[in-house]
Amino acid sequence: MEHIVIIGNGISGVTAARHIRKLSNKKITIISAETDYFFSRTALMYVYMGHMKFEHTQPYENWFWKKNRINLVKGYVTSIDHKNNTLKIKHNTDIVYDKLIIATGSKPNKFGWPGQDLGGVQGLYSKQDLDTLEKNAPNKETCKRAVIVGGGLIGIEMAEMLRSRDIPVTFLVRENSFWNGVLPNGESQMINEHILEHHIDLRLETNLVEILSDENGNARAITTDKGDTIECTVVGLTAGVSPNINFLKDSGIELGRGVKVNRMLETTIPNIYAIGDCAEQHEGIGNRRPIEAVWYTGRMMGETLAQTICGNPTEYKPGHWFNSAKFLDLEYQTYGWVFSERGKKEEEQHFHWRHGKEKICVTIAYHKNTKAFLGINTFGIRMRHTIFDRWLTESRSIEYVLEYLKDANFDPEFYAKYEKEILQKYNQENGTNITPKKKSWKRIFSKA
Amino acid sequence: MKAIKNIGLVVFLIGLGIFTALTVIGKFTVNQQLFDEILVEKKIKSEIFIENLQKNLVDKDFNSMLSLSPIVVNALESANAKHKKNKEYKKIIYTNPHDMAAYIGKKSGSGYIANNKGTMWFLTFGLGIIGALMFILPNVILLGKKGIKNDGIYHESATNRKWIAWMVLVFLVGFYLILYFRSEYAVNWTFIVDPISEFLSGNPAGHWFVYGFMYCAVMTVMAVRMYIKYRHNMYQIVRTTSVLFFQIVFAFLIPEIMVRLQMPYYDFKNAFPLDYDFFFQWNLKSLINSGGIGMFILIWGIVLTLVIVPVMVYFFGKRWYCSWVCGCGGLAETLGDPYRQHSSKSLFSWKVERWLIHGVLLFAVIMTGLTLYSFFAETGTIVIIKDILSLKVQSIQNLYSLLIGAVFAGVIGTGFYPIFGNRVWCRFGCPLAAYLGFVQRFKSRFRITTNGGQCISCGNCSTYCEQGIDVRAYAQKGENIVRSSCVGCGVCSAVCPRGVLKLENGPEEGRINPTEVLLGNDVDLMELVNKK
Repeated sequence: MEHIVIIGNGISGVTAARHIRKLSNKKITIISAETDYFFSRTALMYVYMGHMKFEHTQPYENWFWKKNRINLVKGYVTSIDHKNNTLKIKHNTDIVYDKLIIATGSKPNKFGWPGQDLGGVQGLYSKQDLDTLEKNAPNKETCKRAVIVGGGLIGIEMAEMLRSRDIPVTFLVRENSFWNGVLPNGESQMINEHILEHHIDLRLETNLVEILSDENGNARAITTDKGDTIECTVVGLTAGVSPNINFLKDSGIELGRGVKVNRMLETTIPNIYAIGDCAEQHEGIGNRRPIEAVWYTGRMMGETLAQTICGNPTEYKPGHWFNSAKFLDLEYQTYGWVFSERGKKEEEQHFHWRHGKEKICVTIAYHKNTKAFLGINTFGIRMRHTIFDRWLTESRSIEYVLEYLKDANFDPEFYAKYEKEILQKYNQENGTNITPKKKSWKRIFSKA
Repeated sequence: MKAIKNIGLVVFLIGLGIFTALTVIGKFTVNQQLFDEILVEKKIKSEIFIENLQKNLVDKDFNSMLSLSPIVVNALESANAKHKKNKEYKKIIYTNPHDMAAYIGKKSGSGYIANNKGTMWFLTFGLGIIGALMFILPNVILLGKKGIKNDGIYHESATNRKWIAWMVLVFLVGFYLILYFRSEYAVNWTFIVDPISEFLSGNPAGHWFVYGFMYCAVMTVMAVRMYIKYRHNMYQIVRTTSVLFFQIVFAFLIPEIMVRLQMPYYDFKNAFPLDYDFFFQWNLKSLINSGGIGMFILIWGIVLTLVIVPVMVYFFGKRWYCSWVCGCGGLAETLGDPYRQHSSKSLFSWKVERWLIHGVLLFAVIMTGLTLYSFFAETGTIVIIKDILSLKVQSIQNLYSLLIGAVFAGVIGTGFYPIFGNRVWCRFGCPLAAYLGFVQRFKSRFRITTNGGQCISCGNCSTYCEQGIDVRAYAQKGENIVRSSCVGCGVCSAVCPRGVLKLENGPEEGRINPTEVLLGNDVDLMELVNKK
């Protein structure tokens, strides 16, 4: 029986294992040094905030693995000997594989800041990071102030976590507006306001220079390039993540920033594959980046690779881009591509609507000349994935999208609706006279 | 703000303390005249009982039900035992001994509590309500910006099954035990709500009136908490208003007013088989003897269960009843909301749930069948196999009332909120929920739609599902959630950080979508997998 060994028990590895089990009888082993069982990394913040217990982040009950004959090994893979199909495990016996899947995810970036290895300085990525934070910042008495370095998704989540325990937070962001490398100005601006409303000391265009140590080797303050010294006991380093592949340096597998893979998710060595955050496409697919550190792409790569391994060679073909996030109380969803002012091409034009009082806004990207719909960002309004996916496939125009926007609304019942206002603004700006179509179940559930 | 909260907590606890103390204090005196009255009203023919109480009860002062109750209970039980032995069946007293004690207590109460009902009401209900509101209202400011407010739920003793939760459990269980089995200890509570009862129905309050009033008070206060906590979520606000309205108007006010108008006491929204004694002989007789309104209730009750309930479930899912109208659901969604995360999500619990809830439904249906048979056949005993097996309908009804009506629905159903979650009864025991569940699962337009591939498996939905549904298990596969137990409270959708879940009523076709691969993965793969 063929032995499939998977390094990493995150969403990619576990999805691959589940689908291989669905499709075949192969022997499956998952190795992880992080935790005994699969958990949802994205939910770690809720454990610290007291919304959930750690066991709630585990999508499968503990009996699931044995029942599905998925062997779990706790151990740290130190090296791969691909000539003998063997993995060396720290403090454990070697494991021999027939096919190997590398799904080791990411690790937080550190850019060589002075003091980055002091006590109280940490990232927020793994279960261990969560445990460390619980020790470093159990309450506002122990942690008098925390400084977070890096204005991305993990940074704002970490700020939210610490604020849930009333710990004062200073948030250093390199850009002149939060996440404006990804979000258009209007949206980025709105989040700046929202961060301040949550009593987070947001410092834009500010970089970390040095982390200062106390006599015990713990962080006591940081200095910024604005010349400020900020007293703090915890420093969160959240300047992005990069593939967790150090152990592969001498493996003979071609590496870039991540493990180089082709569209079949094969590495340069036969019978070794890489999926998820640690995989790097030779070339980005569509507008996607070569390395996609996103939950659902990891899942899709797992689904795809399981097909290949079980005898249906399948290319990894992610469909239309979509994503979502939550910034404090603000929900964000995106379908298709909406680029920031920094990233967008000349022909991409934006229509932006923002609510007069509430933190709700919509940005629609479209082609300047053809009016083709390119993508939508929504804040505070939920939208229906199937509908936008269909509209993108059908290459609809922005005017069509606005006309049928009610079909796409996914907010809970009784919520205020804004399609009319949105349309009004568009009509005003463009001298058009589009009227909204009534929501139709028939259209929503019709199969494209 | 924090100070106001703390003062509120203290005020609430004082009110609760006095309320609790009322079970064991008071003043009761039965003089000769009152005793004679009681004997006439209760048609007592047992000379043993009379003699016993004449000696031990009459003209004596009692300072607690603790001393009065055993005398009445012993007198009644020993008298009945002797009469049974001597086959003097006409002398046996059929009133439950504890009801008898409660009856005598109600008649004989005197002293401060019985004479200062208004003041006592303020010191118990008044302080409780004021204190609770002082504890809750500052959250408008303390909770900060509107949004999901679950911070610290698993850090707090009360909501994380630590000692406060266990204390609440002990209190609630004790309260329900008194209510169902030792009503004499509730006599002082009845005094303090007498004025309200007399205003509504014209009668003094019994312990069930206390319960009804308290139910409304608790739900109202905790609804204020819901309004603050979910103030960003219109679905929750509308739904909370709806359950509150149906509880206060339909379950509490209308039945009391009907009594004043010489009509039968009836809660128009309480559908059989949750209303399990609707077809009991005494109820049918009472309805038939009540003229036009009685017939109307009889027909309404049957139409409600057979037509209105399933048709509404077809269009809106069982939520229209369970989390918009029902009283049990109303309490669960207000008082029980802080405990919703405790319902077990394990597969094992789901198995137990299916056996239990369908077992109760079966029990209710069989009992009602036998009851109706015995009603029309005019016999109390149904012979199944001659000389070997015959069933006494009354005993079956009593068994159901005790096991399901009192212990399951009350003592466990509500008493165990802080440990097993707020829908113990609705999930494991309610026969109406089982019936609605069948309709919801097999013939309904309701579903919780999963939004394509947006789920990140975080588990908030599953954690906060009060019915113990592992919502995430469906959402992360891109499947809609169509489960018989879902009461449509909407909290999974509210707590989802990625906008993945939406409760909606749509066409039946495609409602259950188990075979599709998640959206996002390209079309070829979908075709490939769907072919399999």
